[in-house]
Amino acid sequence: MAEVNEIVPLPHVPVGDAVEVAVDWVGDVADPVFDAFSTGVSAFIDAFVTLLLLPPPLVLVALLALLGGLIRSARFGAGSLVALVLVVSMELWVEFVETLAFIIGATLVAAVIAVPLGILAARSARASALFKPVLDLMQTMPPFVYLIPAVAFFSIGTVPGFVTTVVFALPPGVRLTELGIRQVDAEVVEAGTAFGGTPRQILRGIQLPLALPTIMAGINQVIMLALSMAVIAGLIGGGGLGSVVVRAISSLDLALGFEAGLSVVVLAIYLDRLTAALGSGTPRLRLERARSLLNRGSTSTEGGDTGSETASEEQRGSEQRNSRRPALR
Amino acid sequence: MAAVSARGLYKVFGPRPEEAVRRLQQGEPVADVRADGATPAVVDVDLEVQPGEISVVMGLSGSGKSTLIRMLNGLLEPTAGTVHVGDVELTGLDEDGLRRLRQERLSMVFQHFALLPHRTVLDNAAYALEIRGVERAERRRRGAEALEMVGLGDRAGNRPSELSGGMQQRVGLARALASGTDVMLMDEAFSALDPLIRREMQDQLVELQRSLGRTVVFITHDLNEAMRIGDRVAVMREGRVVQSGTPTEILRAPADDYIASFLADVDRSRVFTAEDVMAPPRPVDGELHRMPRAGLRTPLADLLQPAATGGGSVAVTDDAGEVVGVVTAASMLSALGGLPGSVEGTSADISKEAVRG
Ligand SMILES: Nc1ncnc2c1ncn2[C@@H]1O[C@H](COP(=O)(O)OP(=O)(O)O)[C@@H](O)[C@H]1O
Ligand SMILES: [Mg+2]
Repeated sequence: MAEVNEIVPLPHVPVGDAVEVAVDWVGDVADPVFDAFSTGVSAFIDAFVTLLLLPPPLVLVALLALLGGLIRSARFGAGSLVALVLVVSMELWVEFVETLAFIIGATLVAAVIAVPLGILAARSARASALFKPVLDLMQTMPPFVYLIPAVAFFSIGTVPGFVTTVVFALPPGVRLTELGIRQVDAEVVEAGTAFGGTPRQILRGIQLPLALPTIMAGINQVIMLALSMAVIAGLIGGGGLGSVVVRAISSLDLALGFEAGLSVVVLAIYLDRLTAALGSGTPRLRLERARSLLNRGSTSTEGGDTGSETASEEQRGSEQRNSRRPALR
Repeated sequence: MAAVSARGLYKVFGPRPEEAVRRLQQGEPVADVRADGATPAVVDVDLEVQPGEISVVMGLSGSGKSTLIRMLNGLLEPTAGTVHVGDVELTGLDEDGLRRLRQERLSMVFQHFALLPHRTVLDNAAYALEIRGVERAERRRRGAEALEMVGLGDRAGNRPSELSGGMQQRVGLARALASGTDVMLMDEAFSALDPLIRREMQDQLVELQRSLGRTVVFITHDLNEAMRIGDRVAVMREGRVVQSGTPTEILRAPADDYIASFLADVDRSRVFTAEDVMAPPRPVDGELHRMPRAGLRTPLADLLQPAATGGGSVAVTDDAGEVVGVVTAASMLSALGGLPGSVEGTSADISKEAVRG
């Protein structure tokens, strides 16, 4: 920098200094608030981790695999089972669960902030124009830079990593919520208005449900970003797999580094596929699909009963319709 | 009182719309205003829709039909002019009043159906009632009733995407019917359908309207459709209404060459009815009792065969079964050929008034 300024005589504009002063000031003024927030966040994450570690590891593994099987596919469930058992056998289960709880928490907070902002941006061109540069900045700023003010506010530990992660992972949530709502067929929204719906009724009954797949794609990206940041947060004592990675780097332990990295990959793929499946259909459709699977089971056991022929006939018809749906997707 | 009426209605898109309206009101041509960057979509339209009639607005694409119909329920705010629904001035209402008016008096059917894909057919049909806060059992009952009316009673549990286009639009129609509003606005409601389905839907709409007495404002770019279903037709061109009247009036006396050029494609045999082409029965017509019979509103197309097999003429009876006129082969041919004055002007008009009254 200095060299450039010697060739082209420009004064050094102290952007960085200004930001530092501002951050210091916020840190001083809002210290009690940050402390309270800090306590709340660590208590929440600790409680969540404790809860997840309550059952024996293999029981939780089975539950997670079952969840994957129900929401996505039996194959995915089986794959998850194998991968998660591998994590347990690498003795990284506690760290894995810590990171999982951390990401779920950060994603929840990010979603709670991002979705309303996205709705606001979809409704107001001005809000959208205002958010755009801010989101660009948030998303392109190298993630390590966030760690500095976060540490200044919250010192070392889980909380600064958490806050950094929320900030870093937020943008796609806002963007895709806005996009999803703007993409909803204008004629359908018009129908809501034409029948006398209030903006709120139209938002809840039409825009949000129809934007849900896109919003879920946004949440999916939020999770992925949160995961990458969670690892970086290991640098400032964020705990979980990130800390293992940092430990491996500082001791140049390739074996440990690879195992931790592999666990991160397992977590990433599990969360990605799971949320992608959630986004590809409304929860109601999924519920129906699950119900039709159950129905199929019950009709086959009642196969011998001739008395309810018309009923089972009808049921079969509705099953055919239901079973066509997944094939379409 | 008119069910819906518009007076001096203007809608101009683009910069400085009020100024554009002022210039148009002073008689400047639309083309000049357009050249300066504004888009006059609707220009000085007066419209009166009587209760219980199907009023059709016909015009080519871009002539301002959709803009017009969207001002009738306040989806678009007029740049100038007023809209009344019954005795309520829609253009003077605030957001809340407008919403209430839409809930209680106006419903709409859309070109691409605009159904909610994530809901069942029944929930779609009951949507307007849900908006209004009607409780669940009641709105499902009324939704199911409306589905029955359009012949979809057995599809209540399906998703819209599982239905054909024609069926989807029936759901759109059921949604409007279930809302119970007396005015239904339909913007190119059948334009996205295959010709055969479209014909069916037209007949169904006319039938439903006759039995339920709803007031319908129907937009179309298809003059044949306009003539088939409209009690009255207004023809729009570049934002203005260039002619309005009954289908027969327009067929008989197109206001200008532009409209006349459309009429070339119209199936006259489906527009003219027995009533339009009959002559009063002469007392000396001893043959009357041997002639085939037809009702006043029978389209000409359906008179051809009886006339051909029954000696050339058809006796026309009113609703009470009395013979009120005779249609001859010559009168039918001249009506179909579009000869000026070929249709028995005065007598047909008088009897028509009597029937309509
Ligand atoms: N929101 C809008 N902004 C600008 N111009 C519009 C808008 N809506 C319609 N127009 C213009 O107004 C004219 C009439 O459009 P429209 O009412 O949709 O016609 P139609 O329904 O008869 O095809 C067209 O020239 C169209 O481009
Ligand atoms: Mg249109």
